Amino acid sequence: MRGALVLLPAAFFAVFFAYPVAAIVGRGLKSDEGWQFGRIGEVLAQPDVLDVLWFTTWQALASTALTLLVALPGAYVLARFDFPGKQALRAVVTVPFVLPTVVVGTAFLALLGRGGLLDELWGVRLDTTVWAILLAHVFFNYAVVVRTVGGLWAQLDPRQEEAARVLGASRFAAWRRVTLPALGPAVAAAALMVFLFTYTSFGVVVILGGPAYRTLEAEIYRQTAQLLDLPTAAVLTLVQFAAVACVLALHAWTVRRRETALRLVDPAGTARRPRGAGQWALLGGVLASIALLLVLPLGVLVARSLDASGGLGFYRALRSAEASGGTFVVPPLQAVWNSLEFALAATAIAVVVGGLAAAALTRRAGRLVRGFDALLMLPLGVSAVTVGFGFLIALDEPPLDLRSTWILVPLAQALVGVPFVVRTMLPVLRAVDARLREAAAVLGASPLRAWREVDLPMVRRALLVAAGFAFSVSLGEFGATVFIARADHPTLPVAVARLLGRPGELNYGQAMALSTILMVVCAAALLLLERVRVDRKGEL
Amino acid sequence: MSTTKKITAGAVATALGAVTLTACGGGSGASGDKADSGKSKTVTLVSHDSFAASDAVLKEFTKKTGYTVKVLKSGDAVEAVNKAVLTKGAPQGDVFFGVDNTTLSRALDNGLFEPYEAKGLDRVDPALQLDKDEHRVTPVDYGDICVNYDKKYFADKKLAPPQTLDDLAKPAYEDLLVVENPERSSPGLGFLLGTAAAYGDGGWQGYWKKLRDNGVKVVDSWEIAYNQEFSGSAGGKKAKADRPLVVSYASSPPVEVLYGEPKPAEAPTGVSTGTCFRQIEFAGLLKGAANQDGGKALIDFLIGKQFQEDMPLNMFVHPVAKDAVLPELFTKHGVVIDKPLTLAPGKIAENRDQWIKSWSSLVLK
Repeated sequence: MRGALVLLPAAFFAVFFAYPVAAIVGRGLKSDEGWQFGRIGEVLAQPDVLDVLWFTTWQALASTALTLLVALPGAYVLARFDFPGKQALRAVVTVPFVLPTVVVGTAFLALLGRGGLLDELWGVRLDTTVWAILLAHVFFNYAVVVRTVGGLWAQLDPRQEEAARVLGASRFAAWRRVTLPALGPAVAAAALMVFLFTYTSFGVVVILGGPAYRTLEAEIYRQTAQLLDLPTAAVLTLVQFAAVACVLALHAWTVRRRETALRLVDPAGTARRPRGAGQWALLGGVLASIALLLVLPLGVLVARSLDASGGLGFYRALRSAEASGGTFVVPPLQAVWNSLEFALAATAIAVVVGGLAAAALTRRAGRLVRGFDALLMLPLGVSAVTVGFGFLIALDEPPLDLRSTWILVPLAQALVGVPFVVRTMLPVLRAVDARLREAAAVLGASPLRAWREVDLPMVRRALLVAAGFAFSVSLGEFGATVFIARADHPTLPVAVARLLGRPGELNYGQAMALSTILMVVCAAALLLLERVRVDRKGEL
Repeated sequence: MSTTKKITAGAVATALGAVTLTACGGGSGASGDKADSGKSKTVTLVSHDSFAASDAVLKEFTKKTGYTVKVLKSGDAVEAVNKAVLTKGAPQGDVFFGVDNTTLSRALDNGLFEPYEAKGLDRVDPALQLDKDEHRVTPVDYGDICVNYDKKYFADKKLAPPQTLDDLAKPAYEDLLVVENPERSSPGLGFLLGTAAAYGDGGWQGYWKKLRDNGVKVVDSWEIAYNQEFSGSAGGKKAKADRPLVVSYASSPPVEVLYGEPKPAEAPTGVSTGTCFRQIEFAGLLKGAANQDGGKALIDFLIGKQFQEDMPLNMFVHPVAKDAVLPELFTKHGVVIDKPLTLAPGKIAENRDQWIKSWSSLVLK
């Protein structure tokens, strides 16, 4: 039974992920004389590679620590305090997570680079330093912590802590003994996700770090796309694979612990207005940090999208293909619709594949199925260039010669969307009581009807949230899209990158204007999500 | 049939339905894809991200030959060539455009192209035909990678802008130059090759030591160098950039005029004419192409007068055809580079990786 449910997602991953990745890695490690596993040792022995490994690891650890430090208070405030504009704020902090790095890199350069705000105020420049990389990582991953930890925090019964205090525990002791252990696994899960995202960081490192800093991901790109040194790229891919697999195994373990340990309450009842100077100060501090780290970079983009007189000239220019001087065959604004179309198709695929996978994973899981769970997360940790080049050499024969068809874009985007769908749907699906379904069957409902009457209403919301996430992620996705983008079909991030690739004020202004539009579209999608989002059990 | 099985069946049906639906509905303009195989009226041009052409000119091609051009952008120049090498024998399209003299040997050594002597080749400057004997590739355009300077900066400082590579190492120009990392950027690579052409195998490293001591700044991409660090560009002005010298193209000043807002009477930037490395871009018929006839017609068209005259304002490169007339923007605001630095493709292929390696340990570390 479960086998049938697993079939489609498994086939999807086999064809569009495992096979292409295996093909490109195989091309690197196999020669006419057969497999060359000796290469692994040779590559790993190079001092250069060790430098890259070391930098990748320590910057990811530092980024994770910094993100937790900044975002945990935010998670607390958004979970436990009630204040006007909270929903909007939750959407705002999520916007960075789905913005493409081309856009974010530009915003951060504008802030931290020469002539940036910091430079103007205090003469401090952070571009090409590791600080720029770390701050941008906080910017990107703030939402991961807020959503993972905050979502759970809102559902912890505050009375447990109060009870401990009545029994004589100090405020800190009560928090340490009651709340912290309950939150621990969620914090660990969030930390691992952030670690995963920062370990595989590419755009941020390349744009903000300059040539001196290199992560594994950036090095895989260089070895594959620029040097065509496939053996080295293959070994590095395997190293990244191993690291990511370890992180995912840890993640699966912490998630499992969380699911079994807690009794949760309705989040609506746990939030209240801040009381006392301390709580107000905390709220103020969190709002200030969000304003500085998240809103300011976004604001800089908006400011630069306006022309010299503060007008909308750059936006108007987006409507004509002529003004883009042949950069595109179509008006740049058309990219908005292209992006929406691709994102919709990708969402449909991700929801179907991820939904089926989540349904399969719902049943009491054996080891095999749990392994499948982790497998579905792998695309988040494997480099886009590996997957992209894999597509090129693997999907080149009918019936799977998809390399020059548009469907490849949504397929690649769906690979990234599926993990989000699974993570959102799984907890909700697991909460549906099987006895309800059985009761419906006893009362004479057909299985389909039972599913429609019992499961669907409970799952619908989660499905919408999952779809929204997949949609936003697809909208901002850059790596896979740029790979197969056609001149007449640029997506938003691709269009931004192309405009930035040419000189001239008008091109620069249009790039900023398009980035702003992308930001607004993402924010709108996320705000809609907030409206439907009631069940906060989802992990993101 | 159990409950789960039915749910599964339903879901799979929905899935297939969704995929079919999206296959029909999404990606408008993609409906011609099916016609690619067999006797096709579509010819696919694989190129790099910088490829651009006027819609009208592509339509003219269709009118003349009956073939519709589909353009597939395949990453930056080096990436695009590498992808073509990887898909050798089962190419993504019919014609590849954008292999240049820095990557030519890799493409030719891998046997990417089917020889074809384009019609009208006699109008193309023989000096640019680097594969004259076999015609595996056809030159389509050329451009020069040169140091650009911010006119206002040098006027304000009452300092003459540098004109040669030697000038750049002089104390007067300390901390003024930003260049791209040749490992990751093609103008960066072009500039490095230019220094190798000028100072020879033994001398270029000494020159770069001087540049390093003179405060040259290295960034990863042209975008960052030009838009963030170079004080003469629109983006650089906004970012209050303070490097008035940047490695860019000889055609960048006309582009600054074209996209000025409002359009300036004169380009805000100039070109140091003694620093230029010449890049020639070629097109070739891909081996294993599904539409050979269409591909040949397309190559003829690429060196035809109409496309050649359309190129300058789209890709900011120079036409190779002698009968192509340059637009006024180029004749008025552009410069002619008389003696560009050049290197034979074979020489580049032999040394490229080693040079980049020694450059990076010399300059980056």
